[in-house]
This record gives sequence, C-alpha cells and structure tokens, in this order.
Amino acid sequence: MERNFEPRILAFLCRWCGYQGADMAGTSRLKYPSSIVSIRVPCSGRIKMEHVLDALTRFEGVLIAGCHVPNDCHYVHGNFKCLNRVTLLKEILAQMGVNPVRLRLEWISATEGRKFARVVGEFTQELRKLGTLNSACTHENNSISLLQVKQSE
Amino acid sequence: MEPSLVSDKEKIGVFACHCGRNIAATIDTERVVEEVLKHPAVVHAEHYEYMCSDPGQELIETAIREKRLTGVIVAACSPSLHEVTFRETVKRADLNIYKCEIANIREQDSWVHENKEKATEKAVKLTKSAIEKIIRNEALSPIKVGLHKKALVIGGGVAGIRAALDIADAGFPVVLIEKTATVGGHMAQLAETFPTLDCASCILTPLMSAVAHHPNIELHTLSEIENVEGYVGNFHVRIKKHPRYVEPDKCNLCNECENVCPVAVPSEFDEGLSLRKAVFIPFPQAVPSSYLIDANACLGMSPLICGKCAEPEVCGPQAVNFDDQEKIIEDDFGAIVVATGYELYNPTNLGEYGADVYPDVITSLQFERLLSPSGPTGGIPRRPSDEKIPKRIAFIHCAGSRDERHQPYCSHICCTYSAKHALLFKELVPDAEIHSFYIDIRAVGKNYEDFIRRVQEETGIHYTRGKVSRIYEQDGKVKVLGVDTLLDERIELEVDMVVLALPMVPFQGVKDLAGKMRIQIDGNNFLQELHPKLHPVESATSGIFLAGAAQSPKDIQDTVSQAGACASKALGILTQEKISHIPTVANVDEENCSSCRFCISVCPYRAIKTIDDKAHVEEVLCEGCGICVSACPSGVIDLRNHTDKQVGFMIKALAGEI
Amino acid sequence: MSELAERVTEICGQNVYSCYQCGNCSAGCMFTDEMDTLPHQAIARVQKGDASVLEMDVSWICASCFVCSVRCPRGLDVAAIMEALREIKIRQKGFTKLDLRKTDLEKLPQIAITAAAQKFTW
Repeated sequence: MERNFEPRILAFLCRWCGYQGADMAGTSRLKYPSSIVSIRVPCSGRIKMEHVLDALTRFEGVLIAGCHVPNDCHYVHGNFKCLNRVTLLKEILAQMGVNPVRLRLEWISATEGRKFARVVGEFTQELRKLGTLNSACTHENNSISLLQVKQSE
Repeated sequence: MEPSLVSDKEKIGVFACHCGRNIAATIDTERVVEEVLKHPAVVHAEHYEYMCSDPGQELIETAIREKRLTGVIVAACSPSLHEVTFRETVKRADLNIYKCEIANIREQDSWVHENKEKATEKAVKLTKSAIEKIIRNEALSPIKVGLHKKALVIGGGVAGIRAALDIADAGFPVVLIEKTATVGGHMAQLAETFPTLDCASCILTPLMSAVAHHPNIELHTLSEIENVEGYVGNFHVRIKKHPRYVEPDKCNLCNECENVCPVAVPSEFDEGLSLRKAVFIPFPQAVPSSYLIDANACLGMSPLICGKCAEPEVCGPQAVNFDDQEKIIEDDFGAIVVATGYELYNPTNLGEYGADVYPDVITSLQFERLLSPSGPTGGIPRRPSDEKIPKRIAFIHCAGSRDERHQPYCSHICCTYSAKHALLFKELVPDAEIHSFYIDIRAVGKNYEDFIRRVQEETGIHYTRGKVSRIYEQDGKVKVLGVDTLLDERIELEVDMVVLALPMVPFQGVKDLAGKMRIQIDGNNFLQELHPKLHPVESATSGIFLAGAAQSPKDIQDTVSQAGACASKALGILTQEKISHIPTVANVDEENCSSCRFCISVCPYRAIKTIDDKAHVEEVLCEGCGICVSACPSGVIDLRNHTDKQVGFMIKALAGEI
Repeated sequence: MSELAERVTEICGQNVYSCYQCGNCSAGCMFTDEMDTLPHQAIARVQKGDASVLEMDVSWICASCFVCSVRCPRGLDVAAIMEALREIKIRQKGFTKLDLRKTDLEKLPQIAITAAAQKFTW
C-alpha cells in the first residue's frame, strides 16, 4: 500500500452532538485529514443499514458520531437504536468478509472537538493499514462485489 | 455512474462565501463555482467576500428573482450559525425556506485542512451533495394546529400556586389540582423562612386565598392525574377527584363535628406530632376552607357504627355527605405545569440514627412544626418523649444526603434551614446549647452567607466538622457519636434532642406520573429538564413545564422563580392562535405498510398510531428524528427532506461520482 | 493520583479520592483511643501520597469490624483500605508486626484473633 494513501471516510454526524463536535474542531482550528466528508443526519438513530453498506462500496470507512449514551440523545433513545444497529452491522460485515473495523461508532458531544479530530486521525491510521476495500485481501475483495450486488438490487 | 436525475424545472443557485480569508485562504472558491456550474441543475453560481453581509444577501435575493431560482445553496460556515439567516434571505425573495441549504465549507473544511488543492476538492463534494439534497427537497410550510387556551397546573404548593396565579392574572383559565385536601404544600408547615425570617404563613396564606377567589382558577383538591393524552396545545387530561364527604360550600367551620368525632389519628400537617380527628380541617387557614372526612379513619362510612358528625344537631348546615363519590373530570389544555414538590427522605432508612426507635430524634420538618406558633406545642419547642423543653440540642447535617447509600446529591437547603432552626430555637430558649454537625456549610443563595454568619455570631452555635456515625438513647439522654475532624478527636455528646436534616426527595408516585405524561426522570427520580442551562423549566415533551422541588431540591426563592418562568412559557403557548410545528416529519406510504408496528415501538414520542391497521404519523407529535424510518423493515416510512433517496445521492456526490 | 494511592487501589480496589473527609469512619470507630491518627486522616494522607501513614499504628489497631465500611457515605470499604495499608508493609521483606509465638492466644478476645489473622507475617 502506498505510504501516502488517504483512505476516504464518510461520516454520518447527528445534528445535535456529532456535527456540533465537528464544528467545534473547526472553531478550535484542529487539523485532521481532508479525506473525510460528512452528512448531517437528525439523529444517529436515523442512519439506515443500507446507507452504511452503500457508503462502504464507495469509501474505505464509515464513521458515525452521535450523542453520548445513556442520556444525551436529543430524541430520548435514538443513540441506543444506532448502537444496536451498529453492533448488528459489524456482525454482518464480518460474515461478508469485510473487516468490521471499517465501521466506527463514536459518542461525540458538541464540546468534544478535540475528540472528533483525534477519532478522525486514529480512524484514518487504521484504515490506511487495511487498504482499500478493492485492493485488500481476497475475502474483502469478494465481499465488495456482494455489497455492490445488494446495491444494484 | 448514472447522472443525477433532475427534473429540468429545478434551477439551483450556488453562493460560495470567502468569509474574508477564513474560507478563501484554503479554498479556491472560483474553482468551486466552476465545478458546480457543470451540474445540470445549477443555473447560477458566484462567490463573494461575505455572503452573510447585507450586500451578500442582496446578491442571493437578486439572483433568485432574476434567474427564477428554485433552490439556493450557500457554501459558507456551519448551518448552526447562519442557516436561519439565509433561510430568511430566501424567504424575502419568495422562496420556500426549505429550498435553502448550507454546505459547511468553513468549520468542516477550510478551518481543519491546510492543503488548498484537497480542501477545494472537498468543498466541491460538500457543495454537490447539498445540491443533490436540495433538488429533492420539498417546499414545506410549518404544520399549524389549533389549541386549547387553558392551562393545567399539577401541585398546589407554592410553585403551583404562583404559576397558576401568574397564568390566571394574564387572563387565561387555569385548572389547579392538588393531591391533598388543601393548597399550600410544605411551605404552609414552615415556621419562618430564611434568610429574611419572614413568617411563612404570612406570605403564603394571601396567595392561597387569592387562588380560592380568582375567577380564572378552578381548584380541585384531593385530585390526581389519571391519564394524559395529546400534545402541546391539545392535551386531553383525565383527573380523578376523590370524595371529600363534606360539602365545602355548606361547611361553616363551626368545628362541632370535630368535637363529637371519636377517632383520633396522627396529624399529617403536624408531621405526626399531634392528633387530629377523622373529620378535620388540615389547618385553620386551609383552602378550600372546609372540613373533610378521612375515609380510612372514619367509622361512619358504615353509619350504623358512628355517623355522629352527620347528625342534624351537630352539623347544622348538613354539610356532611357520606354518599359523596369519586369523580372523573375530563378537560383539554394547551400547556401543563408540573409542580409536584418533594417529600422528606424517610428517616427510618437511616438505621444508625434511630429515628424510628427514639422519640427525641426528629426530622427537620417536625422541628419546624415545634418552632411554629401554630404548632402542636404552641410555639414552645418541647421534645416529644416527655414534653420537656430541650436545653441541649444537636443538628445533624447531610442525614441521608451526599450519601451513596441513600441520596447521593446535596439537598441544597439543609445547611441554611438548620442555621435558621438554631436561631429560632435560641430565641425561644435563650439558655440553649446548640451543636451542629456538618461536613461542609453550603449556604449558596443571595444573602445566605450573611445569614449563616449572623447565626454563628448571635447563637454561639457549636459547629463541629464531622459526620455523626450513630445516635442512641441512654438514661433519658440522646447520645451522639461523632468526630471533630478539625480537632482530631472523637466526640460522645449527650443531648436532649436531635434534629436530622434529611434530604428532599421527589414525591412518591413521581415515576408513575412521569410515565403518564411522557416526561423523563433523572437518576434520583427528579423530573428531568430539557437542558440544564438553556431549557431549565421545559420537559422533553413540548408544552409541559417543570417547577419547584419536583425538578431538583431547591429553596422557596428558586421555586417561585421557576414557577414564574413556567407561567411565562405556558403563556407563550396560550397566547398563540395556532401552534407551529416543524414540517420535516416522518410520513408513511400507508398502502405498502405491512402493519408490523415496529415503528410504534421505537417512536420516542408515541407519534405513530395505526389507522385501519396501517401506521399513521400524528404529524404534530413527530419531532423528525427519523428513528422509525431506519427501523421500518418494509422501507415505507420516509423523513420529509431527509429521504433515503436524498441520502443515497448525497453519498454518491460525496464520493465524487456526480 | 499519588503513587501510594495507586498502590492502595491496586490492592483493595477502592478509590481513596472518593473520600470527602466527613469523618464518619472516625466517628464510628471503637478503637480511636488507641490510634495515633484517625482513620479519615489516614485516608487523607494516602490521598496526598504521604507514606508516613505506613509507619503509623492506625491500620494495625483496626479490628476490621467494618463499622466504617458500612457507614461510609461515599461507599468506600474503609476496612479494606486499612487492610491494603497493612499489606503494603507486610509484603516488605523481613517485616514482622506480630509474632504469634510471643502472643498469648488464650487471653486474646475472639475479634482480635480474627483481625490478627490478617496481620500475621510469617
């Protein structure tokens, strides 16, 4: 793998915490890799499994940032729904032969800009080791076609 | 990859902001404009130094008018900063506010990246994903619903009284419900209030009487909430009113019934330090001003056994009515104030302090009654065991508060009220010796520190820093086992009486009530506010407000301030002609709904019902979280302006495929 | 966190920084007359990393009656902290606090024997 390979990350950021945390990283002028792009969602509980799988056919990793468990969720318990879904998704990914590390869930509050920047940095490092989904080891290579089959359905 | 399918009716304008050098230093806005112009839906793109400035906003308005734009993207700072600003801008040019989106190229791009090439590339992706979203955005208007211009206040303590009076004075009808037989709450039991030493009755009874006579207030005592349905503006409430057995309109307070009643039980108002009859009035100034019968204590419920109070020669006006029935009152309200107050923590839980074994170990509220001129001992503090006037007395702070085994929180007012007790006691018993065992003195409140200092200087109170480990009785004396952590010595103190400063806990049944009203409770069972700083009196359910000690332990000042805040919030709803609600709610393709009811179980707001076995979203209840959307196994629920299709295209755009 | 506090936490699992010095342990302790410092002060010394507490009698006088542990408002097992202080000394080579051979067991009260069982160093 190229040394300067920049794994692309798609971040789903909940508008109350994760997105605000990312803004805080900006306000604090913290630096992190520009290969991350984000979608603002109303709640981490809004994120569908399909969205994550879809994203993994195009990005090396998916980051979800929501409000801290147990009590911070603006919508009472959306963060728990997300946690359940991510746990299940990681199982599914593993079964498909995709390294579950490629999906990362973090609780990031509106004040945790520093944490956001750190998480993006760490995640990029990890994904750099894994390489792209297409060029990685065989079983990951097979699974990408599985994911794409799902998309075309 | 397929090009994004756009109806050719969509004409999007993109406005990239330099934000001085904040964006322009890292992002080539000229190139962003060039790139987005390649998108088939984009008919106009430009960049400007400060988009949020008046000339900047003018650019947007002009472009909308001249090019008949159907949507506007502002690539600038975070939407949390100026989304509202730019939505107002497009509104002025007669564009729907939901046809304006922000691409955040400052906080999440120019400020966090250094490489201009890459940052610009990212800005293009972010802007394109916003374009993909906006061309699929619906033009929406806020959902408007009518409302009932009437408020419900739950709890007749000082918080409930104040909130009810404030709303009623503004000209709106209020229903005030109270669980016990009288309004007044715990404040009516107090002797004097710190730090000014106002007599509690003197400041409270005029308010109680105002509640009784206010034309806009309907008071229901002996009542509780049975059920709450609906949403802000339109709560439908069932209230259960227990029978009083004495008709308040007829009762003339002659007290003949009390004289003939053969049953005596401990008085709740005097915290069990005196006896009352089965037919009684809680205290002379009670509102409503009428006797009532305690059905659990009364023998006359079977008139063969007793029924003395109902005899014509006893009750002249014939106010006693053994046939009184429980009533259910149903009404609709626009806003609800919950002010259900507190109870003292049960001292029998503190086994080592022996409050249930030794009569001379009493609670702070009991001591309050002993100090009160209207109390069981006529204002001369006498100890319960032998009615002697105690000379040596110990106050135990934090008896059950700041304690993992009991209540972990600080009860906020105990330090100051214990000091007040000491001062009042010293005035009544000048030769008294007062010991106070504390961990820290937390006198937080206006003028409280001055008050503590005054108590220290005037009473010569012995403040001992150290928690008491055990209290027991020996030879008619109460022994207190403590420590002075400042003098490093253990203390075994003989006193005549001990007063426990017990923590305030939420009233029993708070969980039940919170469940009925869909409001949250915190780890200590206090009602949970929406946000501790920015929304301290709002509950998570819109239209329900929280006041007083039900929300956290607090003093009368804070309670009354909160009650006023609740009243003002409630009036903010009641004074509207229509309730506005965000239109970005979930909607169901009812035809294809498989009736699995998954969505109903995940909705935090109970906004989804089934109609003809199909899921149906009650739009005014929906807060637009989208949890149901991602839970629906059939994929037939979508979130307005955040549809699955939009997310799909945004992902593609962000991947650089569009 | 002081080194001493870390060691104590390692041995007994109690976080001494939970202690807010209310003195309830000292108030309830029946053996304070024999102690050279009070239990809550011993904890304060551990918080500050003052190793002189290891040379004091307080932890050795402790009879492990658990009154302090039962009543601690912060839920600290104070008796376990005393035990940890003893352990630190006991694990030092050549340390002998109590020589059983020189002790007349029959004259000792039951609780003393039970408590002392944790203090033997052979």
